[in-house]
Amino acid sequence: MEEMKVLMLGWELPPHNSGGLGVACLNLSKALAKDGAKIDFVVPYTAPLSEQTDFMNVISATKYKPEQKFGQEKYGAYNSRGYDKTVPKNTITIRKVQKDYVKFIKKHLMDFKPDVIHAHDWLTFEAAILAKKNYGVPLVAHVHATEFDRSGRRGGNKLVEEIERNGLLMADKIIAVSGATKQIIMDKYGIPADKIDVIYNSIDEDFAKKTYKYDEEDYYYLEQMKERGCTIVSTVGRFTVQKGLKNFIKAARLALFKNPKLIFVLAGDGEQKGELLELAASYGVSKNVVFTGFVRGKQLRDIYELSDIFVMSSVSEPFGLTALEAAHHDDAIILTKQSGVYEVIRNVMSYDFWDTDKLANAILALSDGSVLSRVLKQNMHAECKNLSWDDIAKQVELIYNKLDKHKE
Amino acid sequence: MPSICLYLHLHQPWRYQKYSIFDVAKTSNYWYEKDYYGKQNNERIFKKVAEKSYHPMLDLIEKNLRKYPEFKISLSISGTWIEQAEEWDPSLIIQLSRMISTGRVEIVGETYYHSLAFFEDKAEFKEQVRKHSDTIARLFGVRPRVLRNTELAYSDEVGVWASQIGYTAVLAEGAEKVLGKKSPNNVYIAEGTSGLKLLLRNYRLSDDIAFRFADKTSKDYPLTVDKYFAKLKKEKGDVINLFMDFETFGENIWKSTGIFEFMNELIYKIVKEGNFMTVSEEAYFCKPAGAISMPKTVTWADKERDLSAWFGNDLQKEATRVLYDLLPLARSQGGDVYDDWRRLSTSDHVYYMSTKYWSDGDVHAYFSPFDSPYDAFMYFMNVVRDLEYRLHN
Repeated sequence: MEEMKVLMLGWELPPHNSGGLGVACLNLSKALAKDGAKIDFVVPYTAPLSEQTDFMNVISATKYKPEQKFGQEKYGAYNSRGYDKTVPKNTITIRKVQKDYVKFIKKHLMDFKPDVIHAHDWLTFEAAILAKKNYGVPLVAHVHATEFDRSGRRGGNKLVEEIERNGLLMADKIIAVSGATKQIIMDKYGIPADKIDVIYNSIDEDFAKKTYKYDEEDYYYLEQMKERGCTIVSTVGRFTVQKGLKNFIKAARLALFKNPKLIFVLAGDGEQKGELLELAASYGVSKNVVFTGFVRGKQLRDIYELSDIFVMSSVSEPFGLTALEAAHHDDAIILTKQSGVYEVIRNVMSYDFWDTDKLANAILALSDGSVLSRVLKQNMHAECKNLSWDDIAKQVELIYNKLDKHKE
Repeated sequence: MPSICLYLHLHQPWRYQKYSIFDVAKTSNYWYEKDYYGKQNNERIFKKVAEKSYHPMLDLIEKNLRKYPEFKISLSISGTWIEQAEEWDPSLIIQLSRMISTGRVEIVGETYYHSLAFFEDKAEFKEQVRKHSDTIARLFGVRPRVLRNTELAYSDEVGVWASQIGYTAVLAEGAEKVLGKKSPNNVYIAEGTSGLKLLLRNYRLSDDIAFRFADKTSKDYPLTVDKYFAKLKKEKGDVINLFMDFETFGENIWKSTGIFEFMNELIYKIVKEGNFMTVSEEAYFCKPAGAISMPKTVTWADKERDLSAWFGNDLQKEATRVLYDLLPLARSQGGDVYDDWRRLSTSDHVYYMSTKYWSDGDVHAYFSPFDSPYDAFMYFMNVVRDLEYRLHN
């Protein structure tokens, strides 16, 4: 690739991420930089520089702290919530963060002209639209999730939809993280198919390295249960309607009727936590359903490592990176057919998100070190080997190179 | 030019439905999916294939039998096909009966349940072949004299078995790994027998129709009768064995491709300029060109031409082992539970569990009523659990 100046508009980067968006942004940028791209990555907060990102120039658009990036409201990159008018005037809302972000980009572009702007999800789209309109810089809109996904396939926030639509209309090219996401963009926003390329995510490079060491002390109780012959079934994610966790607990109850030696682990946090705890209690299965709270980094990997089965129960999941991470840790994978990652790994058990009977069947069929689990995993590992961020970067570069050079 | 032996195979399995673990020991409905439009609904599938393939193709064959006394054909009809035809479209049985009474439609013997029992339990295999023969005799008044094992699975052992029972010939795949430089267009003596004939499928010419007829990337596309007949004419030997699935016509290759017109014209052309033979005629009239031995099992499936499509992975081996572990008990109890056991022995079920090409979404996936080989295995095991429960209660 001829040296290309890329202005990435993002909302989060590890370690200040709360989900897969930041991880995907980091890995994509890293692979592009390896190929010679010069990347300025804008985030909406100020934080100490991390070694993880030293291959590119991370720019802070505001003085807010990382934890303020979603404002004090409960909607953001991942959640969908009605716009709350009761928020007092002086609090930092996500709209305030976004407006400051736009202002910054406006100023930044006065004395810097990138070859391409690569904007990640609706949060950055207003800034991207401005850049495209005022400065004519070619725009690539990268969709990691749509408002339709975040709202769990129900009506989303109208304002967010509007911003999302405008960004997509304005973009020269759109990258969708799965065929399912591409379809949603076409159906919901009427964007023509040929404007959208599907580029899947891959697993974090560091994940693939052998430096990780499992810590048996981290989840001592679960480890003990495992030694007593229990099968550990886990899921990782934000507790929002999008993730379909109520169905996960319903299936847990069903499966426990047949096999009491199952432990279900829900790693994460979110608005549904109380509801999920209550549901498990009402079924009388609380003893077998463990909530770990929000985990990241090594603690998260330890969960993957001690789990036998990983479930992605999402009602709508644009991609679903955690499934690849769990696969890397040799978990047998169960996915909803509504998860984008199902387009990439086929050697999994699949079900429709509402089909709790089938999910319970799959959990039971995979437990106790069954032949099914062994064969499935063998084939899955062969499949996962074909996914790499370097290949993804090549696909993105192809898109960059086909864009018209911006008009001075 | 060599004679032509056209042989078509009719079969439908009893697909088990998505039988939940929560149904085990409660209900034992494996074969009748409630949702008519469900992927495992045998009635819907049978009626669909009947409309697209069985009716039009049988009509075409019957018409040609009427028109040309020289036209002959061989068919095999699995017992599970017959059961479903009797249940949902008995007119097919009546039509077959009418056709067989012309004396120019020969029925080939096989296992009633389209199973691979030969490789698991010889006594069960023998029983299934006998049950098939009895059924054919009851319905059509004839008994098969030539045998095909399921999926054309053949080894010397199969030949010896068939010869001892009294069959005159067995059908097998004309695989290159067996033939070497020998031609599939000759009849051979099965090694280890005193004269059992081996009739070998000419896979190139069979697959020109069955696989490549509608394939636009094939070098012969579009395949015309003239082009195909010229190929037949160029062949050396006594007889060309065109062995195919009956569903090739209308189901696998759609009517819109012109497949029916092609066959109609081809039959006419062969009647006029060539010669048809049934499998028994071939075994009787063609002089053997030596003996052939197949120490290892050869089938007509995939490029490997072995049993790996059915027993290739551990899921398939496990499903087979668990099923056959229940055989002695099922056999001793007989009745419905034995019938259900036998329907589970149908080879299609383990075929759906093949992971050989799963990631590439190949032919195994195309024919499967399940979302994945893993689903096929999971539901199969649930059914087997229920069967076991019934056997012990």
